[in-house]
Amino acid sequence: MTVVEESPRQDIPGVPVRIGQARGGPPRSQVLRRDNWRLQPILVAAGLLVFIGYSTWAALRNGDFYAGHLGRDYLSPYYSPCLTHSCTTAGYVWGGWSWWRISPAWLILVFPGAFRTTCYYYRKSYYRSFWLSPPACAVADAGSTNPGGVRSRYTGETLFPLILQNVHRFTWYFAVIFAGILTWDAIAAFRFPNGIGLGVGTLLFVAQAVLIWAYTLGCHACRHLCGGGLKRLSKAPVRHFFWKHVSTPLNHHHQLFAWCSLISIMVTDLYVWLVASGTIHDPRII
Amino acid sequence: MSVPTEPRTAGAVAGNGTAGAGAPAPHGTSATADATGPRQLHLQLWRGDADGGGFVDYEVPALEGEVVLDVVHRIQAEHAPDLAVRWNCKAGKCGSCSAEINGKPRLMCMTRMSTLDTSQTITVSPMRAFPVMRDLVTDVSYNFVVAARIPPFTPGPPEPDGTYRMAQVDVDRGQEMRKCIECFLCQNVCHVIRDHEDNKPHYAGPRFFARLAELEMHPLDTLDRRRLVSEQLGLGLCNITKCCTEVCPEGIHITDNAIIPLKERVVDARYDPVAWLGRKLLRRPRPAPASAVAVDLPVARGAHDPTIDGRSDPAVLGRNGRRSDG
Amino acid sequence: MAELETHEFDVIIVGAGGAGLRAAIEAQATGARTAVVCKSLLGKAHTVMAEGGVAAALGNVWPEDNWQVHFRDTMRGGKMLNNWRMAQLHAQEAPARVLELEAWGALFDRTPDGRILQRDFGGHRYARLAHVGDRTGLELLRTVQQRSVGLGVQVFMECKIVSLVLDGSGAVAGAVGLWRETGKFVLFKARSIVLASGGVGKTWKFTSNSWESTGDGHALALWAGADLIDMECVQFHPTGMVWPPSARGILVTEGVRGDGGVLRNAEGRRFMFDYIPAFYAKETADSIEEADQWYDNKRDFRRPPELLPRDEVARSINAEVKAGRGSPHGGVFLDIASRRSADDIRRRLPSMYHQFKELADVDITADPMEVGPTCHYIMGGVRVDADTQATNVPGLFAAGEVAGGMHGSNRLGGNSLSDLLVFGRRAGQYAAEHALGLSAQPAVDLAGVDAVVADALSFFDHDGGENPYSVHQDLQDTMQSLVGIVRTESELVEADRRLGDLEARAAKVGVEGHRQFNPGWHLALDLRSMLAVARCTTLGAIERKESRGGHTRDDFPAADPDHFGKVNMVTRRADGAVTVHEEPLPQMPPELQALFEEAH
Repeated sequence: MTVVEESPRQDIPGVPVRIGQARGGPPRSQVLRRDNWRLQPILVAAGLLVFIGYSTWAALRNGDFYAGHLGRDYLSPYYSPCLTHSCTTAGYVWGGWSWWRISPAWLILVFPGAFRTTCYYYRKSYYRSFWLSPPACAVADAGSTNPGGVRSRYTGETLFPLILQNVHRFTWYFAVIFAGILTWDAIAAFRFPNGIGLGVGTLLFVAQAVLIWAYTLGCHACRHLCGGGLKRLSKAPVRHFFWKHVSTPLNHHHQLFAWCSLISIMVTDLYVWLVASGTIHDPRII
Repeated sequence: MSVPTEPRTAGAVAGNGTAGAGAPAPHGTSATADATGPRQLHLQLWRGDADGGGFVDYEVPALEGEVVLDVVHRIQAEHAPDLAVRWNCKAGKCGSCSAEINGKPRLMCMTRMSTLDTSQTITVSPMRAFPVMRDLVTDVSYNFVVAARIPPFTPGPPEPDGTYRMAQVDVDRGQEMRKCIECFLCQNVCHVIRDHEDNKPHYAGPRFFARLAELEMHPLDTLDRRRLVSEQLGLGLCNITKCCTEVCPEGIHITDNAIIPLKERVVDARYDPVAWLGRKLLRRPRPAPASAVAVDLPVARGAHDPTIDGRSDPAVLGRNGRRSDG
Repeated sequence: MAELETHEFDVIIVGAGGAGLRAAIEAQATGARTAVVCKSLLGKAHTVMAEGGVAAALGNVWPEDNWQVHFRDTMRGGKMLNNWRMAQLHAQEAPARVLELEAWGALFDRTPDGRILQRDFGGHRYARLAHVGDRTGLELLRTVQQRSVGLGVQVFMECKIVSLVLDGSGAVAGAVGLWRETGKFVLFKARSIVLASGGVGKTWKFTSNSWESTGDGHALALWAGADLIDMECVQFHPTGMVWPPSARGILVTEGVRGDGGVLRNAEGRRFMFDYIPAFYAKETADSIEEADQWYDNKRDFRRPPELLPRDEVARSINAEVKAGRGSPHGGVFLDIASRRSADDIRRRLPSMYHQFKELADVDITADPMEVGPTCHYIMGGVRVDADTQATNVPGLFAAGEVAGGMHGSNRLGGNSLSDLLVFGRRAGQYAAEHALGLSAQPAVDLAGVDAVVADALSFFDHDGGENPYSVHQDLQDTMQSLVGIVRTESELVEADRRLGDLEARAAKVGVEGHRQFNPGWHLALDLRSMLAVARCTTLGAIERKESRGGHTRDDFPAADPDHFGKVNMVTRRADGAVTVHEEPLPQMPPELQALFEEAH
């Protein structure tokens, strides 16, 4: 009954191991883990769904994303840079595309969306939570215990479309631009009608910019580009410094910053909407 | 006074691989410890071979400060002298006693009983990604075959005095990977081969991605293994779900510090037009691209020799360097 | 009998630790058809347990260091019982062997200028141990493993050699192995065999050794007619874990002391100052103030007594515990927490930190460790020619722990890994040369092989026989209590008598189940080796009526330089019985003797 098969992909010489033979041991469909392994994928899925849901609503809203008319230079991250509106006080002089009909958020979200979709951390989270491949460690891939089923074969990130995950580095270049834009928005949030000031919203914008940078500079692609790709870090002291003291420590907490920055984007937008729509008044601190 | 400690065979050691699954827990007086006697531990150990088996229940008194391997050894010494278990150092340094404890891939020698909920039955089963030889011992020869395919370290010329110079910062990253004790728990937990047997021929697995990353980061090495790792060793199959990192008993950050840096290096070599253009314009010398070592299988095992185990199988490849598929 | 699986090679190497793989690399490179046979998986050998480093006079940290100093340290550490020629070759060749590892991909810790960093260790005059944190053995083994895989050396894993096979002239012709997985036998025909099977620790109860260390190589050599020397010289490492019981014996690296750790008794006293022997008084600090300054200024101050050779420290700990000043679990305290920052400890001793955290739930950056002596290494072993590692059986070679002579009566820390490399290479080279020099494969007497197989299978016929595990346990208890760190005549004689009983019981043990991966059966076979080794150690210990290095006699507490200091105890098997007799040590040439007369 032993089935021996060389590499199924005939163009690639395979490792000469016997495959397909009986493995013995407990059946693979039986999960022996005792802990609550379902909890984490469920929480992650819930978190991502909340974000997707909120973002869809925020993008469809196409209004109340700028509070300049109320004396607060707050621009929602979903609508930054300001393209279709006249956010002149925020300094977006190129804006005002009156010919653009649908929500500009769709245009903007493509870039951070691609960055986060191809992010190594988010890949882990959605492969586990949505694709169940695997749902948790030592728990079988969805469909893998059904021989001949549509999901009995697994090709990982080797085929279209998942091979496009390799573009992560290029999405990072855009992410840096967007982190710059959000930094600009945080600076603008200090501008009050009668000079420099500080509102509750300003704090949210600063927190958002910091978290976005922490997420962006801790990106695995950034870590590679700034020094990780070198064989001899000692020969490039500046890159080594950045790699060792910026990118690597931030990368260590990439998951944390991925979530915090995600939440801060939602919170900032929500706050801008509440202020811009006149629902609440932004208290000025200084 | 202590309660009897005969093994209670709940699941028969027979059948087709499903027997014993969910076997009833031991019952009776032993479940509640005698006030004066030691508390009882309940364990279910997998007994069987590649063709089948089941969980068998054992009870032994609890002793202070033990690890799972101690308990398994006591079962072996007192109840089941033929219980097969692989172990060597019992100090977490050799990586022999890999198994799945309550379904989690662990080293038996580094899992203290006090970290487990001993009020419940504890299951110990063999690694699932590899064929069971007997009981808790699995045939991990796949890993040795993969190891043999990796083009070896190839240094450049030494300094004039015949020795090499390397800065500590340049060896730090490689040293993390070289902490690996080859317990193969990462290989075992990796769903690419654990759940998809057909990927084994063209997938190196986390342990060997760590090895390849170490070689690619080695300040003296001169080979370029990036295309090899992408085209023949299946780096693209990894979907970075990080279970290898979770189970590593040495705490090596396999995903963040080995696999992802390798993936980024593959992007450099295959998917980055900017890097490609830079190389063309600057005409940087490139390291020699390495190809996989022609498999001259150095690992010979009795079990795989059709002449001795009777499982004659003419299509087995690579045994002792012969390709017998022709 | 059914046809036996048979393989033919020029050189068969028994054991895949550092010495075995280094021998394999050399034999393969010399052009011999080479195979390694090992009891475990490749890469699991006991070499991985070596923590501190590999001693080699590279002179990277102390330019003053050279082979003469290393040679002198080694001889003095071994209490001059060493084979001087082995000690000389070892000191001379170790640096090249270490540098060679680097060319094979090893990543040692570095000095600021990018060379191999070296650390201090007990008994070494200068910081001499090339190391990788506290996992140097793993690095060494992995490097030679990857090198031999790269060279295409054949490895037969999980196969125990049950017996050597000799031809009619008494020369090596092959070996009979047992596949642990299938329980089937295999015949390796070979022109040369290198024993590199490691140690004997599993004969004692508290040991740092893994299950494999059952003295197989010593026993195979003895049964084949080779001489063993100085088997009574067993090293008890001063610092093994003592708590919890299941972790008892697991090694705590000497690097803890080299990096600032100190030993204290229950009263908090650094008791090692009370045990400085006259032999080392000149180079050992006699006050805490001086000792503490040594860590930062090694040039102007003498080293702390915690870094005396292992035999001295082990005996001192033993004496403190006996005097009732031990720790709660019968050891003493090894304290680094109060002396180094937590970060420093975690960086320099990562696997010790990990080991105590995982096994004993002790944070060594906050609390002291409890440690006590543990059986660690056997200095004695198969008598070999210093240059070629050849035994007195033609075609049989030995290297590493299984070979005797190199370390005298006590081994210095770090000298084991360098021993593996230096003599592994030599054994591989000369075994290959011997094999290639033979005109034909030696003849194997198949009837003899059948007898070996039948004998090994006989355990399955002992219905209702005793459990091998209980015999093993009794053997360990006997050796631990009667042939331990401190020995006396009456106890040794009693041990000898009990060993006779144990041999009789071991011959009759029964094995349950079938042949596939049956640990009970494997233990029954290993027991034979362990009993053979235990007998040699006990006989040697009875005859050596002095205290020297790893051999301490309560009834003869002093060394006897005029008699026993000049002889090896040679154990040999003749007509089915093991006998012991004295033979004079090889004489050191005057130019080397002069090294010991210089002031230092």
